[in-house]
Amino acid sequence: MEIPSLRISRLPSLALCAVFSFCAQQTVAQEVGDHQYTSEAVETGSRVYTQQCALCHGPQGDLVDGIDLSIGQFRNAQSDSDLVGVISGGAAEGRMPAFNLRAEEMNGIIAFIRAGFDPEGVAVRIGDPARGKALFEGKGECADCHRVRGVGPRTAPDLSNIGAIRTPASLQRNLLDPATALLPINRPVRLVTRNEETIVGRRLNEDTYTVQIIDSQERLRSLKKSDLVSYEISDQPSKQPTDMTSDEVADVVGYLLSLRGIE
Amino acid sequence: MRTTMKIRKYGIAFLLILLATNVSAQVSFERILNAEDEPENWLTYNGGYKSQRYSKLDQITPENVSDLKLQWTLQNQVFGAWQSNPIVADGIMYITERPNSVMAVDAITGRVFWKYRHVPAENALVCCGANNRGVAILDDKVFMGTLDARLVALDRITGSPVWDVEVGDVNQAYSVTMAPLVVKDKVIVGVGGGEFGIRGYVAAYDADTGEEAWKTYTIPGPGEPNHDSWEGDDWEHGGAPVWITGSFDPELNLTYWGVGNPGPDWNAGQRPGDNLYSDSVIALDADSGELKWYFQFTPNDAYDYDSVQVPVLADIVWRGTPSKVMMWANRNGYFYVLDRVTGKFLEGKPYVTVNWSSGLDENGRPIPTPQDEGMPTFPGNQGGTNWYPPSFSPRTGLFYFSAWQDYATIYRAEESEYEPGRAFLGGGFSVLAPAPGAPTIGIGRTNPINNWTNEVGFASLKAMDPQTGEEVWSYDQFDVSDSGMLTTASDLLFTGGREGYFHAVDARSGDLLWNVNLGGQIVMAPVTYSVDGVQYVSVISGHALSTFALPN
Repeated sequence: MEIPSLRISRLPSLALCAVFSFCAQQTVAQEVGDHQYTSEAVETGSRVYTQQCALCHGPQGDLVDGIDLSIGQFRNAQSDSDLVGVISGGAAEGRMPAFNLRAEEMNGIIAFIRAGFDPEGVAVRIGDPARGKALFEGKGECADCHRVRGVGPRTAPDLSNIGAIRTPASLQRNLLDPATALLPINRPVRLVTRNEETIVGRRLNEDTYTVQIIDSQERLRSLKKSDLVSYEISDQPSKQPTDMTSDEVADVVGYLLSLRGIE
Repeated sequence: MRTTMKIRKYGIAFLLILLATNVSAQVSFERILNAEDEPENWLTYNGGYKSQRYSKLDQITPENVSDLKLQWTLQNQVFGAWQSNPIVADGIMYITERPNSVMAVDAITGRVFWKYRHVPAENALVCCGANNRGVAILDDKVFMGTLDARLVALDRITGSPVWDVEVGDVNQAYSVTMAPLVVKDKVIVGVGGGEFGIRGYVAAYDADTGEEAWKTYTIPGPGEPNHDSWEGDDWEHGGAPVWITGSFDPELNLTYWGVGNPGPDWNAGQRPGDNLYSDSVIALDADSGELKWYFQFTPNDAYDYDSVQVPVLADIVWRGTPSKVMMWANRNGYFYVLDRVTGKFLEGKPYVTVNWSSGLDENGRPIPTPQDEGMPTFPGNQGGTNWYPPSFSPRTGLFYFSAWQDYATIYRAEESEYEPGRAFLGGGFSVLAPAPGAPTIGIGRTNPINNWTNEVGFASLKAMDPQTGEEVWSYDQFDVSDSGMLTTASDLLFTGGREGYFHAVDARSGDLLWNVNLGGQIVMAPVTYSVDGVQYVSVISGHALSTFALPN
C-alpha cells in the first residue's frame, strides 16, 4: 500500500550520485576550486603543526587556556589573515612567540586548523566578518530570505546561530553548491489541497499522515495528507550557486561563523 | 465527586486468615505450556512457547476498534528507549524499567503494587542502551536478567528477592538484556556482549534455587564439532551473543535461540571461516542444553547481521504437507522458512533490497557479493529488521514484522585487538546521507524527527506468506519502525513505530482501521489480556505504557 494513497513526487530528481555523501563531497571538492585549501596544504600543515605548535597547543590544539584550534576558537583572531598575523608576529606578550615560517608552511598551518585538525578534512578560507555582513545584506542577497537576530523575513531558515551549528566547510558548500548542501528538511514544498488552495513553503516536520510547514506568508500550517491532492518536494533549493568572488565567499563565511546565537 | 467512604481505624488487630490453598495465583509450567488457551493472560515474552504473539481474544474487532478508549497510563521514571514487554497473569502486570527495576501493576487501574530495584555494578557495559526487555514468571516467582549479567528471582506477591546468581563476568562485559524463558523447572537466559569480544552462551538455572543446570556455548571449543569454523584463538572472543528470548517445542523438547554477530563486528577478514554458530538459529535440548541442530543465516558476517530475531513456530500445512516450521525474517534481508525438526532450509527470499549477497543456494547458504570499499551495503547496519518481535496469525496464515526499506550502510573494516571489557568492533560505518551533514538513521532517535527523510530508509510493515516466501501486502510509514507486532482472533494487527502512532491494521488486507498519536517512539510490541471479561491492549510509547479498552 502507498503512503496513504498520495503520491509524493520529487522535482526534479537528483542524480543517484548525490544521494551518497561521499560521492557528493567529491563533486564539491572539484567545484569549489580556489575557495578551499588543497589537501596537500592540509597535509603539510599537519606536519608543521606537530613539529612547531603541538608542544604548547597540544596534539588536539586545546591545551592553551581559552583556545581550541581544532574548532576555530581563538582569543582575538577571526580571519585567516588574523591568524597569519598572530603566528608571524607573536601574541599574548610573548607567550606566543613569533614564528618564521616559509609561505607554504604558513599556508599549511592555516589549512590544517581550518580543516578541523583532520588531515583528510576540507579546509575553508575564512575572510573578514564585517565585509561579509555587508555582502550578506547587499550583493549576496542573503537577507532577502534569511532572518538574523530578529531582522529579516522567515521564508528561509533563521541564521542567528548558524555559526555554532555548522562547520565552515558546510557553510561554504551552501553558498557554492546549494543543491548538495541543502538539508532535506529545508527543501521547498508545494501542496495543493482538496479545496484547490496551493501552498508553497518550507517543511518543518512530517510523518506518515501529516506534514507541518511554514508557508510563504510565514504562517505555521499543519496539513493532513488525506486532504491533499498533490504534494511536491523539490530537491532543488530556491537559490542558485552564488556568483560572488572567492574572496567575497570567504568574507560571508566569516560573517556566518560569527553568528553564534542571540547576544 | 469525592468518594465519601469512611476509613475507620479500629483499635483491634484484624485476624489475618490464611486460606490453606492459594492455587489460583500459581502460574505452573502446565499453564504456560497451554498459554494460548488462556488468552486473558500474557504469560511469556512472546505470548506462548510458539512465539506467535497471537491472541484468541476477539472482543475488540475491526468494527469497534475505533471506539477504543484510554484506560490508564503508567509513566516510566527513567529516560531511554523503553523496550520492556509486559507479562500479565491473573490481573497483575509485571513490567521492567531501566536499568533493572521490576514493577507489579494492577492491570485494570495501572496502580503499582510494588517495585524492586536492582542496581547493576558500575562497570556494567552494554553497546546500545541500558535495555531490559522484561521478565519471565513461574509458580510464585518472577525472573529478571540484569545489565551486570546476573539472574534475579523475586517473590511474585511481595517483590522480595529469593535468589540472585551470576550468569556472566561483568568485568568482561557480559550482560543480560533479554526476558528469560522458563521451561519446565528451569529459567533459561543468553548473554549480550557481542560488541565486546565475549564468547556467547545460553544457560539454564534451577527455578527454585538458581543453581546452574546447563550451559551451552554458541562458539564450539577445541574438540567440539565445528570448532574448525574459526582459526587460531579467534573463537575465544568471537562474540555470538544471545540477547533475545527463544522459543520452545514441547513435543520435540527443543528450545530455539537466535545467535548474534561474530566479533569483531565489521572485520570479517580478521576471523576467517564460517564463525559458527554466530548469526545462526540453534536448537538446544531443553533438559541438557545439548545442541541438536543449527542453521547459519550469514557465514563470516561483516555487517553485524545478528540473527537475534524471535524464532516463530507454527504447525501448518506447508505446500501440501503438514509441517513443523519456523519462520524467520532475518536482519540480513532474507525471509526464511525452516523445518524445525531438523533445521532443514525450506525457503528463503529477500524482502528488502539486498546487495551483500546475490541469493541463497539450495541449502539456504547465501552467495556473497561484497561491495567495493566506500560503496553502500543493503540492508544497512540495523538490518532489514532486527530484534523487534514479529507475529504469526494461524487464522490468516501470514507472518507480520517491521522492515527497514531502502536502508544502507557504508562499512569500513579495521584490524582490532581484543582487550577485556573494551569495544571490539573491527572498524566503523557510516550511513547514507542525502546531503552532507544531514541527520541519518540510527539505533534510536536523538535528532528532532523533522530532520527525517525517506531517502535513507523508511518503515514497511510487511505481511509475508510462508507458503511462497513472498510479501502479500505492506503498510509503509514515513519514519523507520522498531515496533513489534500483535495479532488477534478478530484479525486485528496492532503495532506502532518511531513516529509515535499506535496502529490497528486489518491483518488480512493491511488497511489502517484506527490509530492514535501517543507521542513517543513505540519500540516494543503491544500485548493484549483480559480481566473480568474486558479485553485490554497495552503498548509502550516513549516513557509511557498506555492501556486501551472498549467503553463499557
